Amino acid sequence: MSEREPKVLGFVCEKHGLDAVQLAARTGKEYDANVRLVHVPCTGRVDGLHILRALEDGADVVFVLGCLEKNCYYDTGSIEGRKRVEYVRSMLVAVGIEAERVEMFNASSSMSSKFPEIVSQMAEVARRLGPIGPGGDGK
Amino acid sequence: MIVAERKPLEEIADMIAPYKKVTVIGCRSCVAICLAGGEKEVDMLVSAMNLKNRKDGRDQVLEGLVVERQCEKEWVSEVEAKILGSDLVLSMACSLGAQTIGDMHPSKLVFPGLNTGMFGVPEEQGVWSEKCMGCGNCIIHTTGGICPIARCAKNMLNGPCGGSSDGKCEVNLDVDCAWYAIHERLKLQGRLELIETVNEPKDWSTSHSGGRRIYEREDAKLTPHQKRGKEGSR
Repeated sequence: MSEREPKVLGFVCEKHGLDAVQLAARTGKEYDANVRLVHVPCTGRVDGLHILRALEDGADVVFVLGCLEKNCYYDTGSIEGRKRVEYVRSMLVAVGIEAERVEMFNASSSMSSKFPEIVSQMAEVARRLGPIGPGGDGK
Repeated sequence: MIVAERKPLEEIADMIAPYKKVTVIGCRSCVAICLAGGEKEVDMLVSAMNLKNRKDGRDQVLEGLVVERQCEKEWVSEVEAKILGSDLVLSMACSLGAQTIGDMHPSKLVFPGLNTGMFGVPEEQGVWSEKCMGCGNCIIHTTGGICPIARCAKNMLNGPCGGSSDGKCEVNLDVDCAWYAIHERLKLQGRLELIETVNEPKDWSTSHSGGRRIYEREDAKLTPHQKRGKEGSR
């Protein structure tokens, strides 16, 4: 039986976060997972409900990628994003789900290796933890 | 406004676990402003509980909805079918909302999703503070507009006491001394003589000591004839 592909979902800001993703592609970096990206104007737009719904809808892990906190295009957006990620993580722990399924990352436009590293890290978590549920299929 | 906070998710999960069909009902009034039981909080709770149910392999159906003001029967009646069709209602309103649903449908189980805390105000984003205890006999016109009953740790009517230091309270140095604040406010208003006026012991009969309080306004009440007409129009 073939190994199940991990389902990785990323909310990526359209400023430095997306720059980092595109730079990784332009410089030929590879990443190994079934990763889907949702572009958001700013990680400050990411709501906790978006992350929870992504997990409900079948994502094994979710990450949020924004600008560096002291160099955010919208000044404090990535700080807001981190606060929401932390809140969701606390909710997950309270209901018995691993907090590491949700992570916040920051990148500058020039970090070509950052995005592949993030995907590798999250895919490894997804493989290790599997889908949420007692042997379910992640849906 | 009434300020509440969500119960810990573990407690909510334990409360609702035995029931198959759970309707989570929020409120768009005070508890939405204090980010405890508005639309987003209801959706997030339902989502988190759905994930927990999947994790635990529990077959439970949760539905979230929100009414305009859960403490008013007219708004609650709009979701009557959902209430009657559920095994349990989890109210994400203050206790008034939960009790309104319970009074309207006494045979239904209505559990509280929030801990109702206080009469308070938003001080800044994400911070709410208590300003009133609903004693039923307001005196803030004599205290610079600051309530010593709610804001003094000792509920003192004459202060500040000897435990006030640098504007802080001896009970907890993170707590502002209400009577220091009153002194400063009265000084600003040029009414500092009021601080030396001895307040007599308070008449607490208007407070909670006599059981449930009911306020009535005769000119607003419906006559039996009007009530019959209103019921007939439904």
